[in-house]
Amino acid sequence: MTSLFEYAPAPESRSIVDIAPSYGLFIDGEFVDGTGEPFKTVNPATEEVLSQVSAGSDADVDRAVAAARRAFTRVWGPMRPADRGKYLFRIARLMQERSREFAVLESLDNGKPIRESRDVDVPLAAAHFFYHAGWADKLDHAGLGPGPRPLGVAGQVIPWNFPLLMLAWKVAPALATGNTVVLKPAETTPLTALLFAEICQQADLPPGVVNIVTGAGDTGRAVVEHDDVDKVAFTGSTEVGRSIARAVAGTRKSLTLELGGKAANIVFDDAPIDQAVEGIVQGIFFNQGHVCCAGSRLLVQESVHDEVIASLQRRISTLRVGDPLDKNTDLGAINSAEQLARIHELSDIGEAEGAQRWQPDCVLPDRGFWFPPTIFTQVSPAHRIARDEVFGPVLSVLTFRTPDEAVAKANNTTYGLSAGIWSEKGSRILKIANQLRAGVVWANTFNKFDPTSPFGGYKQSGYGREGGRHGLTGYLKGATHS
Amino acid sequence: MSDRLAVRKTYKLYVNGAFPRSESGRTYEVADAKGHFLANAAWASRKDARDAVVAARGAFAKWSGMTAYNRGQVLYRVAEMMEGRHAEFCEEVAAGEGLSGSKARAAVDAAVDRWVWYAGWTDKLAAVLGGANPVAGPYFDFSMPEPTGVVAVLAPQRSSLLGLVSVLAPVLAAGNTAVVVTSKERPLPAVTLAEVLATSDVPGGVVNVLTGDAEELGTWLAEHADVDGIDLTGAPAGRAMEFEREAAGTVKRVLRPPATEPEWTDDPGLARMTPFIETKTVWHPIGV
Amino acid sequence: MTHVLDPGALSDDTRVLTAPTPPYDDVTRSDSAFRTFLHGLPGVDQVGAESRVAVLGTRSIKTTSKAWAIDTAISMVDLTTLEGADTPGKVRSLAAKARRPDPSDPACPHVAAVCVYGDLAGVAREALGDSGIHVAAVATAFPSGRASRAVKIADVEDAVANGADEIDMVIDRGAFLTGRYLDVYEEIVAVKEACGDAHLKVILETGELVTLDNVRRASWIAMLAGGDFIKTSTGKVNPAATLPVSLVMLEAVRDFRAATGRQVGFKPAGGIRTTKDAIKHLVLINETVGPDWLDPAWFRFGASSLLNDLLQQRQKLRTGHYSGPDYVSVD
Repeated sequence: MTSLFEYAPAPESRSIVDIAPSYGLFIDGEFVDGTGEPFKTVNPATEEVLSQVSAGSDADVDRAVAAARRAFTRVWGPMRPADRGKYLFRIARLMQERSREFAVLESLDNGKPIRESRDVDVPLAAAHFFYHAGWADKLDHAGLGPGPRPLGVAGQVIPWNFPLLMLAWKVAPALATGNTVVLKPAETTPLTALLFAEICQQADLPPGVVNIVTGAGDTGRAVVEHDDVDKVAFTGSTEVGRSIARAVAGTRKSLTLELGGKAANIVFDDAPIDQAVEGIVQGIFFNQGHVCCAGSRLLVQESVHDEVIASLQRRISTLRVGDPLDKNTDLGAINSAEQLARIHELSDIGEAEGAQRWQPDCVLPDRGFWFPPTIFTQVSPAHRIARDEVFGPVLSVLTFRTPDEAVAKANNTTYGLSAGIWSEKGSRILKIANQLRAGVVWANTFNKFDPTSPFGGYKQSGYGREGGRHGLTGYLKGATHS
Repeated sequence: MSDRLAVRKTYKLYVNGAFPRSESGRTYEVADAKGHFLANAAWASRKDARDAVVAARGAFAKWSGMTAYNRGQVLYRVAEMMEGRHAEFCEEVAAGEGLSGSKARAAVDAAVDRWVWYAGWTDKLAAVLGGANPVAGPYFDFSMPEPTGVVAVLAPQRSSLLGLVSVLAPVLAAGNTAVVVTSKERPLPAVTLAEVLATSDVPGGVVNVLTGDAEELGTWLAEHADVDGIDLTGAPAGRAMEFEREAAGTVKRVLRPPATEPEWTDDPGLARMTPFIETKTVWHPIGV
Repeated sequence: MTHVLDPGALSDDTRVLTAPTPPYDDVTRSDSAFRTFLHGLPGVDQVGAESRVAVLGTRSIKTTSKAWAIDTAISMVDLTTLEGADTPGKVRSLAAKARRPDPSDPACPHVAAVCVYGDLAGVAREALGDSGIHVAAVATAFPSGRASRAVKIADVEDAVANGADEIDMVIDRGAFLTGRYLDVYEEIVAVKEACGDAHLKVILETGELVTLDNVRRASWIAMLAGGDFIKTSTGKVNPAATLPVSLVMLEAVRDFRAATGRQVGFKPAGGIRTTKDAIKHLVLINETVGPDWLDPAWFRFGASSLLNDLLQQRQKLRTGHYSGPDYVSVD
């Protein structure tokens, strides 16, 4: 839609961040050079190289695990729980103090809109530390069985879609429960984890409690497969999750997996339509659809299909795609060329299989990795865009006639991470919520997260929970709680 | 003693509420602890395992959809029915495990009591494992436990009844349906338990009992895409890791075997229920 | 849209309903039909509406777009005085301000209208002359609306006779809250008839309707009854024009035009005091109903103190330094 009211560029200043030309690994409280082949991290919105980052070799991982083990045995394990909590409170506060810096850096490295990194990722990450800080000296009262004890060294591998937030989801509960950490950030988004390492230094966190080893798949594998790791926590694709589960089979390692999804977002004919449309938009276009719990399958009751799609198209036409640092941007850049290629591939397959592609008029920048917000109508449950996780701003629209059909179609997936329900009828919401095989059900809302609220999947979306009292169990020995 | 010739029991599988022979037609000899012939047991095949999974999946909606109170009563009914066949269980356990009469009785007593323990859990799990989450916003947010789905249970090889009940009852109490592979050498109490289940208001298909070889069936169950979780307690030595790897192919929940089979007399706690429980979190706005 | 009424209707009180709006011809045929229709409108989830406006509230409007927004906002102001102490002198000084909001800058646009009580409409009319600035008068026993229908109609007729070309009426909230939707509707129809050529703005007084579901229903009653504008509030009740209320009313005018082809204007009033508030509203319009409503013919701010804040911000943009309250006139 052409507008009288054009918003002038409103870029957040990037002068607040000071990106070094190169970064080492963070091991035993210090930045050290890695011995693997260094790699470059780019701004996906411009393809500009932001920095060169060390890759952790097996030997580097070995050093990091050894440092974590030492810290666990000598310092962090024996420490008074209340003091562990105080360190986490410090970290939370430092993250809040430097929140703008984190937000700008996250948007630069990841491509997500500054509005989201500023208003969602960073505040939630700090909130996770704040929440878990309080648990550190209350574990005996958590109702998780008698005398819960830490597992030891946690090896954690996180994805590129919420680099800092996923770090917080992993590191905060691990430290609160008395474990030490070797964290491997995603290859394309290492920078906020390295800034977090600085926070650990500013907090005077004892050396070795948090170790950050950057690198690609090989580095992650070395972390996961290291003999002296007691706990493996992974967030990422189901494919890699399976291989990690295979790798830890037969070991003592405790494992939690938070994997892919293909969430149904079910809109009944009595839904609050305007909010449902917002929820659909929020469900699939939040973070460019790079969200494991994205509402990527819209299931809309046939009687309101046309109305909902018309509203949705009108709404999508107002989405502002472009510079992630512009405060008015709704959709930023796709995180990598590789991911962009996958989105193109699956979208092309969707079209080839007979689904109807719709995209708004939208000018994409010349450089960088971009994909416009996209919806496919006339999608059948057999189409690949109805089954495969696209992990991009691509919505598949399916229809249903009755609640039973909605549930059957919603559950007809190998995933089970999340789902949405839109209806003004309370009893129906509760019934459908009961029947959906998914770990998080958002009714009349979508993509909401909170450190107090357990998150995690059914079926091939993984196991274990992150957040809340439930999230502690994955880091404690003998905790009888899932 | 009467000189009447006894009528012997044919030991069969228990699948979908019925007692079929193995579709393969195979049986194997079961001997007592001293090596004397006791009976021929059905030797369950890959296809029996497949049928059992179909039955367990079919029964899942009904079993998990019952009220927790109702499920608890059904499990308590199992204890009642076991009590009625106490002597038969004692005899089978004594023979199969080579126990004295008093030790066998103690094992059967404990097995009955274990059903009672788990029967009482069904309607408390949600309170203990679930709860309200005080999120920072205008949302009502609560978490509740739900069963994982179809769980394959490789029952302990040594403890043929108490061990079996100790691994099966928690899976059921949590609301799952089960495909159980019995102790290979000591399968007879499991078949008698199946007869108890069949007369205990446990809907057909909720428990499916396969006598035979966990080494053979474990692979099929670990790989089966429609199995959601697997308890490897009775996995033959050296095979558990392989089964766990196979289970990874569909991201199954895996309960690893203990290093050695425990005595089963300890307080079981929640540790055998929670591996096959999912936490569902539901959000709803709070507004007018 | 014209409304054909029986010319004798007012006098003998056997009123014929307005020619209904296709495709809603029959929804006002009975109380129960109207109720069924209004309660069949999609519900509004309050939290969802609030979070939507919260996100829009983060829009950063800078430099050229801010300058455009400020001038546009000035041109949309219904400069208002609704005090018991209003006098012809007060109204005349407001009219002067309306014509030349910033005497130091002739490029500054004039406001859309001056809004006064009906007895002062003539003073305003005379003071505004041929400036093109409209005279809006509140009527129908504003702000409570608690008077007989005949008194309300007389109030309207008096204001129009005094020179008001826009009438801001209040709906009967008592009737609405007791479910007598058809009474609310018929009264608006009658007032519209009494307006003659004057434009009718229908004040819902959303602070008394409380829920967003009620706001949506009342909006539809007002639009179906022929209101030219729907307006949030009298300014005498808190809360007045909140952003979620504005969102729901904008959705209503958007949906009504999509269904009937007739465009209805929107006027938030009360509580909009700063340039920031005003720009948030412009953003809300821009991203909810689109640029068709970004025009004083379709959007107004009911405000008094807002204008001076807009002027100070305007001076800041023009001069590059911050202004102060002594650099704009106190009226």
